[in-house]
Amino acid sequence: MERRTFNKLLGASLTTLAAPAIIRPAFAADPLKVGFIYVGPVEDFGWTHQHDLARKDLEAELGDKIKTTYVESVKEGADAERVIAELANKGHGLIYTTSFGFMNPTLKVAKRFPKVKFEHATGYKRAENVATYNIRFYEGRYIQGVIAGKMSKSGIVGYIGSVPIPEVIMGMNAFILGMHSVNPKGRIKAVFINSWYDPGKEADAAKALIDQGADLMAQHTDSTAPLQVAEQRGIQGFGQATDMIKAAPKAQLTSSTDHWLPYYIERTKAVIDGTWKSQDTWGGLASGMLKMADYTNMPDDVAALAKQTEADIASGKIVIFKGPIKDQSGAVKVADGSTLDDASIAGMNWLAEGVDGNLPK
Amino acid sequence: MINILLSIMTASTPLLLAATGELVAEKSGVLNLGLEGMMLVGAVIGFAATVHTGSASLGVLAAVLAGIAMSLVFAFLSLTLMANQVATGLALTIFGTGLSALMGAGYVGTALQPLPKLTLPGLSDLPVLGPLLFHQDALIYGSFILLIAVAWFLYRSHAGLVLRAIGDSHDAAHAIGYPVIAIRYAATAFGGGMAGLAGAYMSLVYSPSWSENMTAGRGWIALALVVFATWRPGWLLLGAYLFGGIMYMSLYIQGLGVNLPSQFISSLPYLATIVVLVMISRDRLRIRLNAPACLGRPFFAAG
Repeated sequence: MERRTFNKLLGASLTTLAAPAIIRPAFAADPLKVGFIYVGPVEDFGWTHQHDLARKDLEAELGDKIKTTYVESVKEGADAERVIAELANKGHGLIYTTSFGFMNPTLKVAKRFPKVKFEHATGYKRAENVATYNIRFYEGRYIQGVIAGKMSKSGIVGYIGSVPIPEVIMGMNAFILGMHSVNPKGRIKAVFINSWYDPGKEADAAKALIDQGADLMAQHTDSTAPLQVAEQRGIQGFGQATDMIKAAPKAQLTSSTDHWLPYYIERTKAVIDGTWKSQDTWGGLASGMLKMADYTNMPDDVAALAKQTEADIASGKIVIFKGPIKDQSGAVKVADGSTLDDASIAGMNWLAEGVDGNLPK
Repeated sequence: MINILLSIMTASTPLLLAATGELVAEKSGVLNLGLEGMMLVGAVIGFAATVHTGSASLGVLAAVLAGIAMSLVFAFLSLTLMANQVATGLALTIFGTGLSALMGAGYVGTALQPLPKLTLPGLSDLPVLGPLLFHQDALIYGSFILLIAVAWFLYRSHAGLVLRAIGDSHDAAHAIGYPVIAIRYAATAFGGGMAGLAGAYMSLVYSPSWSENMTAGRGWIALALVVFATWRPGWLLLGAYLFGGIMYMSLYIQGLGVNLPSQFISSLPYLATIVVLVMISRDRLRIRLNAPACLGRPFFAAG
């Protein structure tokens, strides 16, 4: 080991040892300090915005039992590790890291601070003091698909994907399954723009898809640009992560919105009560973590069908990934009568029949 | 088909606007690599001004002024204090990226209605040509008018001749008695104003919203375009539309289901930039005929 690396490690471990020893007694009667790490700005009106809303409500809910801190626009990677460690060092007892790319940094820091509890959103690696949590976004996509099946005249939906990862793929597949439940001929035209947030590119992609005959727009990217293009071109579409009705009052049909508050309350209380354990949570419509924005700009019977679908998914009457499901090549991926387990859904790497798009081989 | 062409026009216009401004600056011998930074500041100021005043025209005006202000910072450092132009330009881009993110923090997620399209009664209803030529927003018309004006200015007017002379040999121009620094200041300011305008086009028309780093490298492509066009306005138009077309078509091709990895398609515009630049640089004579000989060189009035 190089001397410099060694010194750094020594320094780090000294602070690790010293910090809790000195700070703990002073904070014993004080509120639990809860930290949040965000990948975007709190005003992105999408992913980070929803996390921050939940943070504010959490503070209101638990009052003086907790004190929250947040750090926004943290780059995924080495910088994240530094920021997470800093929060842990400052005496935070619970830290939420809210982006997939914070997975490895969270685990690294968690190792150095065994007494601090960590909660990592959308990841799959856990540890003694690292729990993971996510929302079953695909349930909302299925409802969108049902609406699309009713509303699309051309039967072609333009779908703007960010990056071809399971999270995005399962959404596309759930969407087409929902669409096929009412219109077996429906198709998705999928485009990946390889970015989560690039309004210029998202707008270009939306235009390209509309020019190719799509008359509805779905997106798995975070800006309002695609819906705005839909509004300009006189077609409709679905929002993402947050209610985007203000950006597209005539175009938005509904939006799957994230609600992290119930989870944050439950887990923060668990830390206060000392009952916190590392676990994996994947909540959907039933848990209240996923909610649909108002069903707008559609006939009453379609809105009623959407509401019914929503209730049936929540009650378990509709199981989304239930066979028979074929992939793009026509090969059976889920046999008739069987359903996919969570692990297979979480690792989904094939596009279902009816999706026109390519995954990198 | 018409819609495709319309989308390409929208994708090309910011490139054309920014490159036209940079062309004038470079013709006077000033290499301003701060294009991206100036565009970003123009985009955020234009957006903020439109949100607060409710007037897109004021927003565009504010964006142009913001671009000019940024370019004057550059001009002061590189022309008056004679700092290295390449380093100063890079610093301006980094500064502009940070500054625009800071100023725009409160505007992320705010949505605006796009600029209204101008309609010419009768002409706009023509089939094909109507929507293409006579039903666009003011800035698209502006980009053509400005390019023609710049071409006329550079090659048909006396002032343009002086500007080119300064770009080719500042010592000779100085000896004849032309105010080298003053004219370079003006050319740089024009470039800044055009970059601000290009930024406003991004945040008011292209995707009417503000997000950090929303120009996403278009400033650099515009810079490359000036070289691609070998400093000639006609080629600039061709280049801007070629790149705008590739940027848009790369997404269009994906939608058609062409069996190529999306990551590869996303990199097409940048690959095209490199390929074209390599091809251009093979023809040394054309570059030597058109490139300003004093490009990027500091001027010091020795006597």
